[in-house]
Amino acid sequence: MDISALSESYPIASIFVKGFALILVAIIASWIFRALLVAVLPGEGAKVMRTAPLTAAFGIMIILLYAIAGIFAPWIAPYSESEVISSAFAPADENMWLGADQLGRDLYSRVIFGARNSVGIALIATSLAFFIGAMTGLIAATKGGWIDQAMARSADVIMSIPSLIFSLLLLSIFGTSMIVLILIIAVIYAPRVFRLTRAVAGDVVVMDYIEAARLRGEGLWYLIRKEILPNSKAPLIAEFGLEFCFVFLLIAGLSFLGLGIQPPTADWGSMVRENATLISFGEVTPLIPAAAISLLTVAVNFVVDWMLYRSSGLKE
Amino acid sequence: MGDVLAIVAKRLGLGLFTLLIISVLIFIAVELLPGDIAQAVLGQQATESTLAAKRAELGLNDPAPVRYFNWLKGAVVGDFGKSLVSSESVTDAITPRFKNTLFLALFAAVIAVPIAITLGVLVALFRNTLFDRVANVLTLTSISCPEFFLGYILILYLSVQTGWFPSIAKVSPDMSLFDRLHRTFLPALTLVLIVVAHMMRMTRAAIINLLASPYIEMARLKGTPAWKVIVKHALPNSWAPIINVVALNLAFLITGVVLVEVVFVYPGIGQLLVDSVSKRDFPIVQACCLIFAATFILLNLAADIGSILTNPRLRHPK
Repeated sequence: MDISALSESYPIASIFVKGFALILVAIIASWIFRALLVAVLPGEGAKVMRTAPLTAAFGIMIILLYAIAGIFAPWIAPYSESEVISSAFAPADENMWLGADQLGRDLYSRVIFGARNSVGIALIATSLAFFIGAMTGLIAATKGGWIDQAMARSADVIMSIPSLIFSLLLLSIFGTSMIVLILIIAVIYAPRVFRLTRAVAGDVVVMDYIEAARLRGEGLWYLIRKEILPNSKAPLIAEFGLEFCFVFLLIAGLSFLGLGIQPPTADWGSMVRENATLISFGEVTPLIPAAAISLLTVAVNFVVDWMLYRSSGLKE
Repeated sequence: MGDVLAIVAKRLGLGLFTLLIISVLIFIAVELLPGDIAQAVLGQQATESTLAAKRAELGLNDPAPVRYFNWLKGAVVGDFGKSLVSSESVTDAITPRFKNTLFLALFAAVIAVPIAITLGVLVALFRNTLFDRVANVLTLTSISCPEFFLGYILILYLSVQTGWFPSIAKVSPDMSLFDRLHRTFLPALTLVLIVVAHMMRMTRAAIINLLASPYIEMARLKGTPAWKVIVKHALPNSWAPIINVVALNLAFLITGVVLVEVVFVYPGIGQLLVDSVSKRDFPIVQACCLIFAATFILLNLAADIGSILTNPRLRHPK
C-alpha cells in the first residue's frame, strides 16, 4: 500500500505521521541554523546564540525568511499579485505549484506578496501604536499627578472594550481603507503599551539618578531619552514582539471577515476567506496562507519568550 | 461582612460607570458618521419629503444628547430600536442569537476550564522538565494560530475527511440537546484549543509565582510532604489568581467567538455583528457592541470580586 492510499484510509494517523516529520525537519533546520549563526556572528553574538534554545533559533530563522520574502517579493514570485493567468480554482500544474485562486491568480505568488502586505501593514500599525503608547506612558510616568491619572483612566476605558469588537465598530463607521485600519489598530493597542511603559518607567523614575538629573535641571525630553528609556529597554522590546503578534492576528481576523485589507491587495487573511470553499472538497491549499500567519506568530512568540527568559535573569 | 459588601458595591458602581462611558463612546462613534443616516437607508434617489419623513421616524431631528438619552433609556429596558435594513426590532433579532452564543461559550468553557487548570498546575509542578518544555511549545503554537486556521483544520480533518462531525454548525431551537452538542462540537473544540492554551500559561505563571513565596519554602524546609504543600499551603492562596485566570479567559472567549461563528456559520451574535457591520446596520452594531462590552466588564468584575472574597488581604487595601 502506498502513502496516498494509507493517508486516505487513516486520515488522523497520517496527520500525526506528517506532523512528526515536519517537526523533525524543523528541529534539524533550526539546529543547523543555530550552528551557522554561531560560526558567522562576531564575538558577543556567537556567545549569545550558543546558549539559545532551539525554539529561539527556529524563530529567528523564520523571521529572517519572512523578511527576505517580503523585501524581495517581486523577484521571488513568478507572477504579480493581481495577474490573472488561469481559470478559477485551477489545480496545480508546472506553472503554478499551488494552483490558482478564485479569480485564476497564482496562489504561490500571492502568498509571497502577502509577506510584504500583511506583515508590512501589521508592522506599521504596531510601530504607530508603540510610538503613541510608549510616549504617553513615559510622559505619564515622569509628569505624574493629574496628567498621569487622566491618561491612565482613559486607557482603562479603551481596554475594557474587546479589541475585535471595538475595531469592528470603528471600521463600520469610518469605512475600510488602509489608513483608517492602521489608525484604528494604533488607537486600540496604544493603551496596552501605555500601561506597560508607565509601569516600567514608574519603577525607574523613583531612582536616585533621576532625582539627580532633575536637580541638575534637565528637561522632560532629556530625562525620557537619556535616563529612563535606556533603563527600560528590555521589557519594551519584548512587548513590541508580543504586541506585533496581537496586531497581526487582529488584522488577519479582520481581513478574514472581509473588513481588513481590501482586494486586490494580496493578504493572507482575505486569501483564506476567498478560497475557503475549496476546503469542503478536502483541499489543503486555502490553509497555506493561514499557516503562514501562524508560523510567523509562533516564530515571534518563540523569540520573545527567549528574550523574556534572558531579561528575567535566568531564574525559574 | 459589611466591608466586603461595601467593596463589592464600589466595584459594581465602577463597572457601571465604565459601561456608561462606553455607551457614550459607541453613540458618539455613530454620530461621527459622515452623511445622513436617513440618506444611507433610503439611497440616493430618495426625495426630500420621504427623507424628512424618515428622519422624523428615526428621531434624527432631536439634538444629539436627547437622542443619546432616548437610546440609553431604551437600552436599559432592553429596547434597542429597529434595524435599519429589515425594520425588525433589534431586540428580537439579537435575543435568540445571544442565547446560541452563550450556549457555545458555555459548552467550550465547561470542557476548557477543568482541563486547563489541571494541566496548568501540573506544568507548574514539573517546571523546567521535558513535559513543561513540550507544553510550552504546544501552547505557544496554539495561541499563535488565528481562530479560523484552527477551525478550518478541524473541518478538514474531522468533518470533510472523516465525516465525524458536521462542518456547518446549524442549530434550531427545537433540536434535542444531544444533536445540538454534536452540531456545535467543532466550533466548541476550536474555542477550547485556544482558551486552554491561554489559561494553562496563566495558571502556570500564577502557581509558580506562589511557589516562590517564603512560606512555601518554610513548609518544604520543615519536611511537609510535596502533596500537602500544594493542597494545604499553596491551593488556598491560589484561588484568587485562578479565578482571575478563568474570568479573563472567559472574557477572551467572547472575542474569539466572533471569528469561530463565521467559520462554522453558527447563528450567534458574533455573526450578526459581522453581517450588520458590512450592511452598516448601526442600531444592531451598537446593541451588539454594548452587549459584548457589558459581558466583558461583567466578567472582569466577577474576577475582581472573586479574588477579594477568597483573599482577605485585599479587603483591607493599604
